[in-house]
Amino acid sequence: MAKFEYAPALESRTVVTIRPSYGLFIGGEFVESTDGSSFKTINPSSEEVLAEVTEAGVADVELAVRAARTAFDGPWGRLPGAERGKYLFRIARILAERAREFAVLETLDNGKPIKESRDVDIPLAAAHFFYHAGWADKLEHAGLSGASTHPPRPLGVVGQVIPWNFPLLMLSWKIAPALATGNTVVLKPAETTPLTALLFAEVCQQADLPAGVVNIITGAGDTGRHLVEHPGVDKVAFTGSTQVGKSIARSIAGTRKRATLELGGKAANIVFDDAAIDEAVEGIVNGIFFNQGHVCCAGSRLLVQENVADDVIMRLKGRLQTLRVGDPLDKNTDVGAINSATQLARISELTEIGQAEGATRWSAPCALPERGFWYAPTVFTNVSQSHRIAQEEIFGPVLSVLTFRTPQEAVAKANNTRYGLSAGIWTEKGSRILWMADQLRAGVVWANTFNRFDPTSPFGGYKESGYGREGGRHGLSAYVTTGATR
Amino acid sequence: MSTTVTGRRAAADRRIEVRKTYKLYIGGTFPRSESGRTYEIHAAGPSGRFLANAAMGSRKDARDAVVAARGVLGKWAAATAYNRGQVLYRVAELMEGRRAQFVAEVAAAEGLTPARAGKVVSQAIDRWVWYAGWSDKLAQVLGGVNPVAGPFFNISAPEPTGVVAALAPQRSSLLGLVSVLAPIVVSGNTAVVLTSEHRPLPAVTLSEVLATSDVPAGVINVISGRTAELAPWLAAHQDVNAIDLAGAADADNLSWAELERASADNLKRVLRPAGDDTGSVEPDWSRTPDLTRIKACLETKTVWHPKGH
Amino acid sequence: MNPTTATATAREVLGVGALTNASLTRWLHGLPGVDHVGADARAAGLATRSIKSTSKAWAIDTAISMIDLTTLEGADTERKVRSVCAKAMAPDPGDPATPQVAAVCIYADMVPVAVDALKGSNIHVAAVTSAFPSGRATMAVKLTDTRDALRAGAHEIDMVIDRGAFLSGRYLQVFNEIAAIRQECALKGTHGAPAHLKVIFETGELVTYDNVRRAAWLAMLAGANFIKTSTGKVSPAATAPVTLVMLEAVRDWRTLTGTQVGVKPAGGIRTTKDALKYLVMVNEVAGDDWIDPAWFRFGASSLLNDLLLQRQKLTTGHYSGADYVTID
Repeated sequence: MAKFEYAPALESRTVVTIRPSYGLFIGGEFVESTDGSSFKTINPSSEEVLAEVTEAGVADVELAVRAARTAFDGPWGRLPGAERGKYLFRIARILAERAREFAVLETLDNGKPIKESRDVDIPLAAAHFFYHAGWADKLEHAGLSGASTHPPRPLGVVGQVIPWNFPLLMLSWKIAPALATGNTVVLKPAETTPLTALLFAEVCQQADLPAGVVNIITGAGDTGRHLVEHPGVDKVAFTGSTQVGKSIARSIAGTRKRATLELGGKAANIVFDDAAIDEAVEGIVNGIFFNQGHVCCAGSRLLVQENVADDVIMRLKGRLQTLRVGDPLDKNTDVGAINSATQLARISELTEIGQAEGATRWSAPCALPERGFWYAPTVFTNVSQSHRIAQEEIFGPVLSVLTFRTPQEAVAKANNTRYGLSAGIWTEKGSRILWMADQLRAGVVWANTFNRFDPTSPFGGYKESGYGREGGRHGLSAYVTTGATR
Repeated sequence: MSTTVTGRRAAADRRIEVRKTYKLYIGGTFPRSESGRTYEIHAAGPSGRFLANAAMGSRKDARDAVVAARGVLGKWAAATAYNRGQVLYRVAELMEGRRAQFVAEVAAAEGLTPARAGKVVSQAIDRWVWYAGWSDKLAQVLGGVNPVAGPFFNISAPEPTGVVAALAPQRSSLLGLVSVLAPIVVSGNTAVVLTSEHRPLPAVTLSEVLATSDVPAGVINVISGRTAELAPWLAAHQDVNAIDLAGAADADNLSWAELERASADNLKRVLRPAGDDTGSVEPDWSRTPDLTRIKACLETKTVWHPKGH
Repeated sequence: MNPTTATATAREVLGVGALTNASLTRWLHGLPGVDHVGADARAAGLATRSIKSTSKAWAIDTAISMIDLTTLEGADTERKVRSVCAKAMAPDPGDPATPQVAAVCIYADMVPVAVDALKGSNIHVAAVTSAFPSGRATMAVKLTDTRDALRAGAHEIDMVIDRGAFLSGRYLQVFNEIAAIRQECALKGTHGAPAHLKVIFETGELVTYDNVRRAAWLAMLAGANFIKTSTGKVSPAATAPVTLVMLEAVRDWRTLTGTQVGVKPAGGIRTTKDALKYLVMVNEVAGDDWIDPAWFRFGASSLLNDLLLQRQKLTTGHYSGADYVTID
């Protein structure tokens, strides 16, 4: 037994009240479903049922879209930007006030460590609203107009579908810019993580947001499809799997509906022989084990320069022994639960394939709880470019390690993928960072850091990682039109 | 004051209010002028009733303010843009809380009806919010990567110029003041503000808001007094990096050209008052601004770095 | 280890024929860099660990046992030093179960007083020498300073490096000074055991983490038993990221050479919260073997009382106050 054991340091659950069941948030109120059904959402670390949630049916989607349209054609559409901005400032401040409540709820519903919900997810979500609040009355300065003489105008009703890995944060990435630019929203949270979106509805009420500006409809794949395909939706924003992204792109083809898609990735985290080695190891760990690896931009491939590969891998394994896997509500937990049984099965399947392909598997020795969905942080070495675990997104705490000899080879291997969301570069040499950044076909390049997000910093991918950017000045353009007509 | 029996009885029934002392705001505290001087402030309009004795700032007060502003500049400029935006937004929250006080003071200072004063105060608060929301966007709008003809990464970014002196508008005692002050500090500069000479009281109340907000001591310093006496000292001060001459319009005994000449000694960035030729006027503060005032106290830094393996 | 042996060992580690300033420079400058932002982030991440209940009680007692209780004032007198020694032996008169500290740290001329005052206890006497805190004196002065302390019975020597020499790149000079003082420590026999040598970098003057890493490797190469952050006379003194870099250094040094070296952050550590953050860092960066007063120390004075207050709270269940701990 280690000399210094940490006793359990549980964050209290009492700060948040979870209702036994939730309706749909349409037109400023919680309403019962018309033609839908219900399903349960569970805590993936214990499989405890948290609440019953509505699965919105076709008629529900229709109601929500109509409520959004009414708000757009009515009070919201007529509101000056400065007044819109003040609503968003209110929302940002309320999120900051209720931060603890949201963090605990996010951890319960998603399975991620409380340390992450508290220190990353919730603060960034509040910051996202704060940043976009200030744009609402400054759109003419955002450089969106291009050659057009018309000031930027909203598109109308936006249908937004978000994933389960950063529920509230993804909600803020979608709703904040949409509202700042004057649109109204119908948002569907992921089926395994609806609760913080439903609590967000309360924040909208506390902020006195006009009815119908934000509508939250819960459900699964079908609900999302009905929303995206609804003719009353002017723009679709989707974050999720590449497969679903492609089907959305197909479904809007031939219409005037615009879309932004933020999809999967298989990012290369590239470590050179002159990297600041201790910080690089932290960056590798952060890159793939932060949020249990449930990150589209995760550094799921480590490309390490061959002449330092043994040393880096040795240090990495040593570092992984201090990662704490366990109860997400424990403030000392580093790696939480896998979000669902489905995801756990997928991770297990792909790691079996990895072993079968001939890669060498190593997992951090850790005791996994009995109930719930868990996976030990795992590293595959001796991975080749042609292995499936080097090409396919696992979306779990599994790292594939490959080597390279020269910067050119690193670039070639990093780019040799259908994806292009992000990349990491670890070297102390500035010119190499900038040269690599130029060569890498990825929408986000992190040098000597990883998984850093900011409302001012545009995020999005190349190739099959999707198109469009979220955040920053660039992220506004997806939500406006500068044409004389729509 | 009435001297009839009825009047005296009425006076005795009326509660005596605790009147505010109006002092300077320097380095986060409220000192009287080191010169010990004050001057009378009267309400606008024919009644001209006595409002208060405002501190009459001296050149030494101005000097101390510059020292305070310089001392905290490093910290304010190094704060994240997000943090500055949050701090400034909080100022607006507190202004909203003091609405009634601002409305009364602006009405008295400018001779406005309560309704009109209310509108002006709303505009002032909204103006502050507008500027607060610029903090984390300026670099994106005013900076960018430059496509130089060579294997170099090249980026231009705006930076605050340093300590900025400002002559607040003479007529618009709150909205004009906010419109001159907020653009200075949003980007990380620190400020020494000379209030309107005859309408300084809303500025002092704003100082009280600043003192109870999260704005670090010394970031904003507010000095009431005779514009013609104090402005030349700030214009000639070698440790002031920029000066906004808005308050030269309608100031007693003041030539803005002289101030600009004095500023040339250390090449201060000068923002001239609105107007044509040698004239100066106070603009219409109710119009939504553009980025001119913010840009007036920004420098642009351009950095190069080779790109190679 | 005499200086000749130190040099020979160093040559082996470097893999060079002659230990010159040039070869030392190449070696030190060839160490991996430290990313400033990344190191700060790692230290900050470790500081979020929440230490509760039983682990907190254990950690408080462990921290107390790792303190070098320090008085280093020009105004120190015999009675002042005796008072500090009394507190070192019985930190909390209201609870005799309170652990004793590891050592008392004083100026060299006070060693005889401390040795006498601590007679019969296991608490060590640590003396600061080599023209502490500035290090600005001739080598002869620094050696005499050290010898006097050892002859008077000091168990531990806390020396300072010559920061001027380090910052101007005279690494061989710094190496030789450390090796010479280490030699003095090894020769003493008053207590039967060699004195152990702590080498103070004054990280506040070295400024960059790269410099701290280089100083750490240089000192360990020259035979330091402990590496120490600061004199406590310059701000900033000990910080979490600087200590992090030093813990990484001792960890990697042991992997390379098999030799374990201790770490002592000193100055600016005032609260139990701070102390526990450092213990967490030791735990997760260097590991179990360093969680021991033989390998980790806190250079502190007011920290002890805050640890005692927290200890009292855990025992009684309510917050304590300044009246319930003693001044020394």
